[in-house]
Amino acid sequence: MADTIRPKKEKAAVEESLFTSGHRACAGCGEALGAKLVMDAAGPDTIVATSTGCLEVFSTPYPESAWRMPWIHSLFENSSAVASGVEVALKALGRKGNTKIIAQGGDGGTADIGIGCLSGMLERGHEILYVCYDNEAYMNTGVQRSGLTPFDAHTTTSPSGKISFGNQRPKKTLLDIAAAHNIPYAATASVAYPADLQRKVKKALATPGPTFIHLHVPCPLGWGYKAELTLEIARIAIDTGLFPLVEIEWGKVTRVRKITKDKKPVEEYLKPQSRFRHLFASEDGKKELAKIQAIADANIAKYGLV
Amino acid sequence: MKKLIEGSMAVAESVKRCRPNVVAAYPITPQTHIVENLAQMVADGELKAEFVNTESEFGAASVVLGASAAGARAYSTTTSQGLLLMAEVLYNIAGMRLPVVITCANRAISAPINIWNDHSDAMVIRDSGIIMLFAEDAQELFDMHPQAFKIAENPDIMLPFMVNMDGFILTHAFESVELSDQKLFDEFLPKFNPALKLDPANPITMGTLAEPKWYMETRYKLHETQQEALPLIQKTAEEFKAKFGRWYGGLIDTYRLDDAEIGFVAMGSLIGTLKEVVDDLRAKGEKVGVLKIRSYRPFPKKEILDVCKGLKQLVVFDKSFSYGWGSILQNEMRNCFYGSKHNPMISGFVVGLGGRDIPPSSIIKAYQQTKGKEILDEFVDVNWELVGVRR
Amino acid sequence: MSKPILLFAQPGSSKVNKTGSWRTMMPVFKHKDCTDCRICVTVCPDACVSGKDKIYNANLDYCKGCGVCAYECPVNDIDMVLEVK
Repeated sequence: MADTIRPKKEKAAVEESLFTSGHRACAGCGEALGAKLVMDAAGPDTIVATSTGCLEVFSTPYPESAWRMPWIHSLFENSSAVASGVEVALKALGRKGNTKIIAQGGDGGTADIGIGCLSGMLERGHEILYVCYDNEAYMNTGVQRSGLTPFDAHTTTSPSGKISFGNQRPKKTLLDIAAAHNIPYAATASVAYPADLQRKVKKALATPGPTFIHLHVPCPLGWGYKAELTLEIARIAIDTGLFPLVEIEWGKVTRVRKITKDKKPVEEYLKPQSRFRHLFASEDGKKELAKIQAIADANIAKYGLV
Repeated sequence: MKKLIEGSMAVAESVKRCRPNVVAAYPITPQTHIVENLAQMVADGELKAEFVNTESEFGAASVVLGASAAGARAYSTTTSQGLLLMAEVLYNIAGMRLPVVITCANRAISAPINIWNDHSDAMVIRDSGIIMLFAEDAQELFDMHPQAFKIAENPDIMLPFMVNMDGFILTHAFESVELSDQKLFDEFLPKFNPALKLDPANPITMGTLAEPKWYMETRYKLHETQQEALPLIQKTAEEFKAKFGRWYGGLIDTYRLDDAEIGFVAMGSLIGTLKEVVDDLRAKGEKVGVLKIRSYRPFPKKEILDVCKGLKQLVVFDKSFSYGWGSILQNEMRNCFYGSKHNPMISGFVVGLGGRDIPPSSIIKAYQQTKGKEILDEFVDVNWELVGVRR
Repeated sequence: MSKPILLFAQPGSSKVNKTGSWRTMMPVFKHKDCTDCRICVTVCPDACVSGKDKIYNANLDYCKGCGVCAYECPVNDIDMVLEVK
């Protein structure tokens, strides 16, 4: 019967990304790539609240906006609370439907200044996905140390010097902090594996309740590597065990990315980055490399990565 | 229906009738009874709103910011340290032109920690762009909230609005309040439906980075809109009077000021005390009256000059102080008259900081000291021995 | 009465900003060994690579020349060359 014949589906024309061109991120920016992948996985029926930081500044200098979905920026530390307000507003007004809500911020906006609002959002059970774009320092203001800056990294406020190897504290355990709120889904992800990242975004958005993704986004400028290496650096971070890819559901680890075949020593991750250059300049640096290897080994043991 | 209720309950009953979609708050003395009552109303299904218990006042202000941006009528309430914690967000809400209404149960600021009333908290955010009115009693509080939402949500205004009430003095005192019907509220206060909001059907970007080329115009507009709110505040009070039959002044109010020579100036619950004092002094033949500043931001200069034409002297009673300069309302009043043809003597007394009692006798004493003689920044009823000063 | 200045931006309006002018190195898509894996499209931080049926190109109005597409291409079908302007 004629009316049962459907027109043959044309191969979809090139779809414009929901985080579009013309933004002012540095060439090779891991955070811009991360945002593009997250938005395209989320789809257009999504409202986004973003913290102050690189991502906000390079994407929305008035009158320009790279965002093709409804988007709001308020302050540095409150994207999770603003998103909470959006979510309850949609519910109260009967407009929630299938609309998804994402709150996002950088490592400082999430793990340092914004941790209170984030904790509130997770604890209250809002249906929001929070994405932390972790480039491991305050890049927008010129590479200052954050709570997610890794051990021994040189930043402008944790400089290496005659008597210092840089940042003397390990990365804050952000994934554990989020998961400890006993939320249905918390995961780490990396721009190194776009399909894995997008799967996690979709899974998080399909999960009722608050969800959390800690996304590793290398920064060519702040970390000091060639722009073309953004994914490569992110991959080695995973392969060394320094940034494990993990999924946690209701407090239990449900999936990890094994590195049995790909396991690499931490030197391979540290060497291409100028923020770790000082570790290779002296004999004492070798002791520091051993400490960083111990951090990686602890991650590998904790999550059974090999 | 007239009922003997606590001031906080009058606020909650009024806010309920304004039908907010979202209420977000963090408990702090002496605001707690307002949020407790609203939470109970939501729990009982009387108020159909999302009630959000936040992790801080900063979070509460951010939640109502997000809710308002998404098109909801949003309400919060706080005081003192909580207001200071909200300050960053309140500036942001004003700059983003979101018509959030908050009630501030005015309280002193730490240190030393003190939970009692003065106006120091409100003064911290007076330059944010938020509209600030001060209420005199529980009935005025009940009546001010629908006016607040109506003014804030006017498409030409779109500014946050802070209703100020004296902590404990108004929050915890029981007064007889006429609790007008929901129907009257619904007729007076239209539904909030902003043209632009966070909506996937029309995906705008809010909160952009304004380079020097754009920023200054937005700040100019804040001031221009505040000025445009002046006639609207007056008009809205008149509309309220026409519908509800109650009047507490528009931008200002006066009491026995018409033929007075000396005017007492204040904001909030102190007005009640001043009216009593004026009645006493009038009975003794003194030509005194009261000027109540109802709208503090925008500041109604023209209206103040108009009603002060016949006055020889103004005596301002401040519940706040700008350390290193002087009492705040007194300085603003002085500023009003600078350059005008009429230049009355202006005295300023600081009263009631941190909940220090303000008995009528203290007002009368201050009046007797200053009548015909300018006295500035005099702290009333201070224990000078404790200060270490011999007087 | 006048309306407030809201400084709301239109969705996707960043496209007026032609970031291609930042570029020193330019990707050349050789269209020889392409396997249609679309990795170049996926990994572009500037969302400026598009195409179909083994013919992909970077929109040089926006390409900043970071070289991520060339580095990630599994069959080396993209070269980065110094752009002569």
